[in-house]
Order: sequence, then structure tokens, then C-alpha cells
Amino acid sequence: MSTIKEIQTEIIEDFTIFDNWMQKYEYIIDLGKELSPLKNKYKTEENLIKGCQSRVWLHAEYTKGKIIYTADSDAIMTKGIVAILINVLSGQSPSEISNAKLDFLNDIGLKEQLSPTRANGLVSMIKQMKIYALAYSK
Amino acid sequence: MLDINKIRAQFPILKRKVNDKDLVYFDNGATTQKTQSVIDAETNYYSYENSNVHRGVHFLSGLATDKFEETRSAIQEFIGAKHKHEIIFTKGTTDSINLVANSYRTLLGKGDEIIISEMEHHSNIVPWQMCCEISGATLKVIPLLDNGCLDMNEFDKLLSENTKLVSVSHVSNALGTINDIETIIAKAHNFSAKVMIDGAQAASHITLNMQKMDADFYCFSAHKMFGPTGVGVLYGKEEILNKLPPYQGGGEMIKEVSLKKTTYACLPHKFEAGTPNISGVISFKQAIDFIKEVGVSEIAKYERELLQYATTEALKIEGLKIYGTAAHKSGIISFNIEGLHPYDIGVIVDKMGVAIRTGHHCTQPIMDRFNIPGTARISLAVYNTKQEIDICINAIKKAKLMLS
Repeated sequence: MSTIKEIQTEIIEDFTIFDNWMQKYEYIIDLGKELSPLKNKYKTEENLIKGCQSRVWLHAEYTKGKIIYTADSDAIMTKGIVAILINVLSGQSPSEISNAKLDFLNDIGLKEQLSPTRANGLVSMIKQMKIYALAYSK
Repeated sequence: MLDINKIRAQFPILKRKVNDKDLVYFDNGATTQKTQSVIDAETNYYSYENSNVHRGVHFLSGLATDKFEETRSAIQEFIGAKHKHEIIFTKGTTDSINLVANSYRTLLGKGDEIIISEMEHHSNIVPWQMCCEISGATLKVIPLLDNGCLDMNEFDKLLSENTKLVSVSHVSNALGTINDIETIIAKAHNFSAKVMIDGAQAASHITLNMQKMDADFYCFSAHKMFGPTGVGVLYGKEEILNKLPPYQGGGEMIKEVSLKKTTYACLPHKFEAGTPNISGVISFKQAIDFIKEVGVSEIAKYERELLQYATTEALKIEGLKIYGTAAHKSGIISFNIEGLHPYDIGVIVDKMGVAIRTGHHCTQPIMDRFNIPGTARISLAVYNTKQEIDICINAIKKAKLMLS
């Protein structure tokens, strides 16, 4: 398993091949479509992160010292970024997740998608992922 | 015929690029852009006229007060109010509604009823819920029909001797419906109920005449009519405003203060505690002048033409559904495309320089009524063009292609 840092470097490299926003967005949309589905039983009110614009469901499971995240969103662009975050953080240990810096999102030009004013639930989702990590690290 | 290029030239922001594309601004329902004259008036005030109003004996204070009061007179004329002191300056429409809900509350008790509608902006729902919670009055709601009009038969059934106040919007911000407020006002008055109209989406789009309309309260925001943010208007009939207690206490709203008892100032100052947004009020006059110069009826005519064109073009997109299909509509198109989330449409067209609004538009009850998470919304202003509509429609088509 690669480290969070290694995965981030890979993602940044993946994004350098795009010449324009459209290719980048199409890639994110594809990532959203390919994200492994969240089981219906986890699409609960409890797992729902309400954004003003789009909604995100996040489920976390702790096995063998690692946290496995699964998630979904009703908006596909949001879901694509959710997929990137899961790619980076899922399967890592609680302490690594807690300490992870997610600056790579700026490097791939997705900072605007994560601004609180977008209210798409992503900022709250990252916070929630870290809260799970903190909870499991005890 | 309006010279749209001449109108556009007055709005400096329309020349800018967004994401390397010419800006196409279709979020006028949220806020409109500002004329150069409004921007200049703000700067000019702080550069050469800054002083507090209604207080000082010195030259600048007199100048600021005169200009401040000139805006009040301009608004009185613009909305056909009987008296100048019936114009109260507030922070905006939300503030105006809160003022009435707070002050009117003192006249209400158990058994009294307030009627709002299912199409209201949250700012015309929550203050009344709070008002009812404290006063013990009951809140009743006029339901929506499928086309986005109010169910007037149900309104008839809701009205009774217990109805003390009806508060509805002139134009729905999420559906574009223009409500038949004259009928609503007349029917409510038959039961001696007062009527408040939320005119936030109407004030620069529909000709207003308070004396003819006969609303007891009417309110709107400067920033949705080419003026600055943080300035709103509450119009109220003199006799009713005189009966209401003040909303906030402080400076400027008093006649005499002692530590035992305070007497309040006359209208309009009774409702204008504290230092107001002086630069905003003064520059707001420039926006009123702009609207008057173009002409509200000319604006309405042109916007109707744009709305018709945009509606026809939008409906050519397969799977696109418009929410709000009333015969009598303002320049707002709220839509969804089958299988797509409005947020996705919004972020993609933004990349093409097109600013539209997505989400629930602060009208969650409407979204619940239609069982949707939100819509994408195009809202028009007089500086928009058919070419911009073409750009927007093409951007939506491209978004659809990318997302499908």
C-alpha cells in the first residue's frame, strides 16, 4: 500500500496531462461514475453530510488498523472529488489520516471546489473523515 | 426600443472576463450589478461628503442629511407613496420583514392568525414563525399549484375574522410567478387583515404604486435593483406605522430620553435607530435614477421578451423541465435536466463564464413541494441580451453532454 504522500504525488502527476478545464472535469466526472457504490444501508441520515448545494454520505469502517471509507454524493462533480479523497485516505491508519495534509487539492486546481462558499459538503466531509480517524486512534 | 449597448456601458463589471470568457451574468435574482453612477456616488460620499446625518449643525452633516433625504423623496415618488415619512430605511428586505414581524407581534395574541404562502423565501417564513412562537398566533400557509401559482381557492378558505396579517411575495424568487397581489390585498382587507408584500424580486421589474396597490406594508432591497448592498426599504401606511412600537432602540429614534421614560421620534425616524448606511442610501438614488431613466415599463417589456426567448430555447434541450410555468411570470427560469444534479450544471457553465444560481434558493418548502433537491436558475436583468441567452443555452448543452 502506498503512503498518502505517494498517492497524492501520483494524482498530481495524473492531473498534469490535462490541457484544459474540460478534460479535467470530464476526468473527475468519470471518477465519480467509477466510485464503488455505497451500500444502501449506509445511506442513512446519520451518515449524511448536508451541503447547501449537494449532499454527501460517508461511511467508515475500522479493520486491521486501517480505516476503510465508502461514500456517495447526489452531484457527480462532488462525487468525483469524493472519489479522489477516498483514493487518498481510505485504507490508511488513523494516525496517518489525522496527520494528512491535503494541499494536493490546490496543486490539481480544485481549491475552488473546496471553498466553504461552494457549500457542496466536501469541506465537511474532510472534517468528518478526520473525526473518524481521531475516534479510531484512541 | 431600448438601447441595450448604452445600458450595458453603464455597468463596468459587464466588461470583465470570468474564466477567460466574457461574463454572462444571469444571477440577477440574487443581486444585480451596479451602475458606474452608483459606484461613483459611494466613492464621492466618502471622499468629499462623509458626515453623520440628522445630527450635526455643521456644513457636511447638513449636506449628508440633505442627500440622504433626497433618496427618501426619490423612493416615495418611485413607489407612489402618499407621504415621505412612510419610507423607512432598513438593511434590506429581510430586515424590513423582521421589523414588521417584531413590531406587529405586540398587537397579536392567541387565536390570531398570520397567512403566508408555500412559495415564500425563507426570509418571509422564519420571521413569522418566530413572531407566532412568541405571540401565540397561528401561522397558515397558502399552498402552491403545480404551475407555481398560489391556490387562491385555498386562500379564500384560510381567510377569516382571525386573520390579522397576510404576508406574501410579489414575485417568487424561485419560480418567477407574479402573484395577483391586488386580489390578495382586497380579499384580506375584506376581513380587516393587514397585508405585507415582499417586493424584493419586483421593485425594478414591475411598476409600483403604493396608493393604488393599497398594501399596508411593502419592502424591497436596493442591491436587487442596481443599488448597493445593505440598504432596504420598508414602506408602511402612516396610520399603521404610527400604531406600531419601535423595532430597535437607540440614537436617532428618540424624541426625549430620561432614565425613567423615553418618548419616541416621529416617522420615519422612530424605526431608524442608529447611524444608517448613509453612503448606501445616497448612492441608491443613482440606481433609482437609472431605472427611471430607462423606464420600468420598458424594462418589463424587454425582460418579457428575453424571458420568452430563453424559455423557448431552454425547452429545446431534451429532458429539461421548468419549474414555475405561470402565465404571468417575471424573468426567472428555474429548471432541472432529467438525471442531472443542478450543482453539476452550475459548476460547469461557470467554467464557460456563465453565472447562474443553483440550489434551493432559500425556498426549501418549494423544493419539497416539487420533491427536488434544488434547481438551476437563470434570472434576467435589463442589461442581458439574447446573445447571452444563446451562450448560456450552449453552455448548458455542453454541460449536459459532459455529464450524461
